[in-house]
Amino acid sequence: MAAEQKMTYETWPASPEKQTLEAKNKFLGFWFFLGGETVLFASLFATYLALKDKVPNSDMALAKDLFEIPLAFIMTMLLLTSSLTSVYAMYQMKNFNFKKMQLWLGITVLLGLGFLGLEIYEFNHYVHEFHHSFTSSAFGSAFYTLVGFHGAHVAFGLLWITTLMIRNSKRGLSLYNAPKFYVASLYWHFIDVVWVFIFTVVYLMGMVG
Amino acid sequence: MSTLAQKKGFGAVLWDYLTTVDHKKIAILYLIAGGFFFLLGGLEAMFIRIQLAVPNNDFVSAGLYNEILTMHGTTMIFLAAMPLIFAFMNAVMPLQIGARDVAFPFLNSLGFWLFFFGGVFLNLSWFLGGAPDAGWTSYASLSLASEGHGIDFYALGLQISGAGTLIGGINFLVTIINMRAPGMTYMRMPMFTWATFVTSALILFAFPALTVGLFLLVFDRMFGSNFFDASMGGNTIIWEHFFWIFGHPEVYILVLPAFGIFSEIFSIFSRKRLFGYSSMVFATVLIGFLGFMVWAHHMFTTGMGPIANAIFAVATMAIAVPTGIKIFNWLFTMWGGSITFTTPMLWAVAFIPSFVAGGVTGVMLASAAQDYQYHDSYFVVAHFHYVIVGGVVFALFAGAHLYWPKMFGTMLNELLGKITFVLFFIGFHLTFFIQHFLGLWGMPRRIFTFLPGQGLETANMVSTVGAFFMAAAVIIMLINIVITSVKNEKVGNDPWGDGRTLEWAIPSPPPFYNFKQLPLVRGLDAYWLEKMEGKKGMSPAEPLGDIHMPNNSFIPFVISFGLFVAAFGAMYRADHSWGIPVLIVGLLITLGSMFIRSVKDDHGFHIHKEDLEDNNDKGVKA
Repeated sequence: MAAEQKMTYETWPASPEKQTLEAKNKFLGFWFFLGGETVLFASLFATYLALKDKVPNSDMALAKDLFEIPLAFIMTMLLLTSSLTSVYAMYQMKNFNFKKMQLWLGITVLLGLGFLGLEIYEFNHYVHEFHHSFTSSAFGSAFYTLVGFHGAHVAFGLLWITTLMIRNSKRGLSLYNAPKFYVASLYWHFIDVVWVFIFTVVYLMGMVG
Repeated sequence: MSTLAQKKGFGAVLWDYLTTVDHKKIAILYLIAGGFFFLLGGLEAMFIRIQLAVPNNDFVSAGLYNEILTMHGTTMIFLAAMPLIFAFMNAVMPLQIGARDVAFPFLNSLGFWLFFFGGVFLNLSWFLGGAPDAGWTSYASLSLASEGHGIDFYALGLQISGAGTLIGGINFLVTIINMRAPGMTYMRMPMFTWATFVTSALILFAFPALTVGLFLLVFDRMFGSNFFDASMGGNTIIWEHFFWIFGHPEVYILVLPAFGIFSEIFSIFSRKRLFGYSSMVFATVLIGFLGFMVWAHHMFTTGMGPIANAIFAVATMAIAVPTGIKIFNWLFTMWGGSITFTTPMLWAVAFIPSFVAGGVTGVMLASAAQDYQYHDSYFVVAHFHYVIVGGVVFALFAGAHLYWPKMFGTMLNELLGKITFVLFFIGFHLTFFIQHFLGLWGMPRRIFTFLPGQGLETANMVSTVGAFFMAAAVIIMLINIVITSVKNEKVGNDPWGDGRTLEWAIPSPPPFYNFKQLPLVRGLDAYWLEKMEGKKGMSPAEPLGDIHMPNNSFIPFVISFGLFVAAFGAMYRADHSWGIPVLIVGLLITLGSMFIRSVKDDHGFHIHKEDLEDNNDKGVKA
C-alpha cells in the first residue's frame, strides 16, 4: 500500500500505523529508542538514589522538608489524564476520525502544559523558599537533573505533538502520517510511565524519609 | 534520478558524499574517517613508545605525555575501532541479509556525521589549549581537577559522537529484524550479521549509561553541579560505575563484530560450512548478555567489599566458556577443510593464539585477589592490547582485505598484504608480550618515564622496537591501497572464488539499489548452495518491478554541525560573553534542521522497471 494514497473510512486499515515498510521500521525503531531511554532514566534514578539527602551541612533542606503531596498529586493527575486523552486520540485515529483525534491531542497538549507550568512553579518554590538549587548540594544536582530531564522530555513532546497537529491540520490522515502520530503518542506514554516512577521514588519515598 | 554511471567533477562527488544516504557510500565515509583517526591514534602510540624507549627520556614532557596517552586510548576506541567496525557493518550487513538499504537511510547518514563532528571536536583540543589528560576512563576525581578545557573537549566530543553510535545501533537492529530477504530466517543469517545484531543491542543498552555519565561530568565542570564533589555531598564512584557499565559492554561491542568477520573468513577459506553454527549464535548472544554483568571487575580495588568482588569475579570467568566454544568451532571449521592462506586467512589464523593469550590473562585478572597485584601495572596494558589488537585490529585488517573488492571493486595486492601481516604480527608480539613481564616486574601503567637501574631498560627498548615494526606494516598497507587504487583492476561478483553469502552474488561494488530482484534464500550460506547446484546466481524471489529509493539529504550534516557549534558555546560560556549566544545559535541550527526534516515531506523516488532492464547490473561509481 502506497503511503501517499488517499484513504476513506472504508479503506482505512485496522493498524494504520504499520502498513508500509517505512511505518513498520519506524514503529519498531521507536520501541528500541524507548529501550535506550529506559536505561538513560534508570541511570538517572540510580544517581538520585545514591545522592538523595546528601548535603554539605545539616541545616539544608532534605527530601522530607521539601516535598508536599498535594502539588505532586495534582501534577501526577494532569500527566496521567493526558496519557488517557492521547489513548482517545489514537482510538479516533484508528477510526479515521481526524477532527476528533486533533481535539483529543489538543487536550493532551493542554494537560501537558499544565503539568509543565506546575513543575516550573515547583522548582521556583524550592529555590526561593528552601535555597535548594542545582548547585547548592549533590542532592540538589541529582534532583533537578532527574526531574528536569523528565521535564525537558515533556517540553519536547509538547513541541512534537503540536508540530504534527499544525503540519497535518489541512490534509487529514494518511498512511504516511498515521505512524507519525502513533509514535508521538508512544513517546507520550513513556514520559508518563517515567513520571509514575518519579512520583513513587522521589516524592512518596521522599516523604516517608 | 536513475542515471547511473555518469562522469562527475570533484565538487559533484564531494556533494554526493556530503548528502548520501546510501549505506555503501556511508561505509566508505566511515572507512576513511575511521582510518584517519586510526593513523592519528597510531602516531600517538608511537610517541608513547619513543618516550618510554630509554629511561629518563625527555622526548615529551610529563603533562604532554598525559595528553598523548589519553588521546591515544580515546581516539583508538571511539574514533578508530568503532567507526571502522561500522564501516564493515554498513558495507556488508544489508547485502548479507538481501536488503536494498538499511531501515533508516537518513539516520544512517546522521549517525556518521555526528561521529565525525564529535571526533573533530575532540581533536581540535590539540590546537585550543590542550587535549584531555585524565586517561581514556577520565575518572571524576582526576578529571574534575584537570585545568583548562581538555576534559570539556572529551565530555562534549564523546557526547556528540556517542549519539551517532546509538542511532547506528537502533538502525541496524531494525534493519535485521524487518528487512531480511524472503527465506532469510534468523538461523540462516551469516555470522557477521548475527554479530552486528547482538552488537547493536549492546550499543542500545550500554551507550545511555555513558550519555548520563558524560552529562553529569559536563554539569559538574561547566554548570556548577556537585555530583562528584565529596565536599558537597557528591560521590566520585558514580562516574566509575557509569563509565564501566558502558565500558565493559563496549569491549564486546568491539570484539563481537571481529568474531563475526573471522567466522566468515574461516568458512570461506576452508571451503567449509562454519562448524557448530547454532552454538556460535548461542555463544554470541550469551557473551552479549554476560557482558553486562561484569563491569565492576574494573573496580576490584575501589573497595566494594569481598562479596561484590567475588560475584563479579565469577561472572567474568564465566565469559571464558562461550568464548572457548567459539575458539573450538573455528578450529573445527579449519579441520579437514581445503585451506588457502590468503591475506585475510593469515590474519584469522594468527588471531586465534593471539586472542587466546589475551583471554588467559583476562581470566588471571578476573580473579579479584590476584587483581590487587596486577592492578594499574603494565600487565593490564599487555592484557587489553592482546585482546583489542589481537582481536579487533587483526579483524579490521582482515576485513579490509576481504571486503575491499566488495566496497571498491578492486583487489588489494596479496603480496603486499602478506608483508603487512608478517611485519604487524611480529611487531605486535614484540611490543606487547614483554609488557606482561614489565608489569610483573613492577612497572606501573600511565607513567611518563622510568629510572635507570631497575631492570626495565631492555624490555622497554624491545617493546619500542616492536612498535616500529607495526608502524612499518601500516605504511606498507597504505602503499598497497595507493597502488591498488591507481591500477584499479576491476573484479567480478565473487573475487575470492569461494564466497558463501549473498554479498558475493552481486557485482563489486553493487549497484546503488543492491538487488535488482530480492533473492530467494534457501539455507545457510545461500550463495554457496546455489553454486553447488551449478547455478550462476541466486533465484529471484519477486518479479522485476519498480524500486523505491530514498532521496539524498544535506540535513544530517547540518544537524551535526549545529551540535558542534553548540558544544563550543557550552564550553566557553564561563570564559567569554559570546558563549551563551553561540550555544543558542548552535542548538537553533540543530533544532531548526530537525524541524525542517519533520515538516517537509520526503517520499523518495522510484527507479522504473524499464530503466532496470536496460542497465545490466552495471556497478555504481564509488
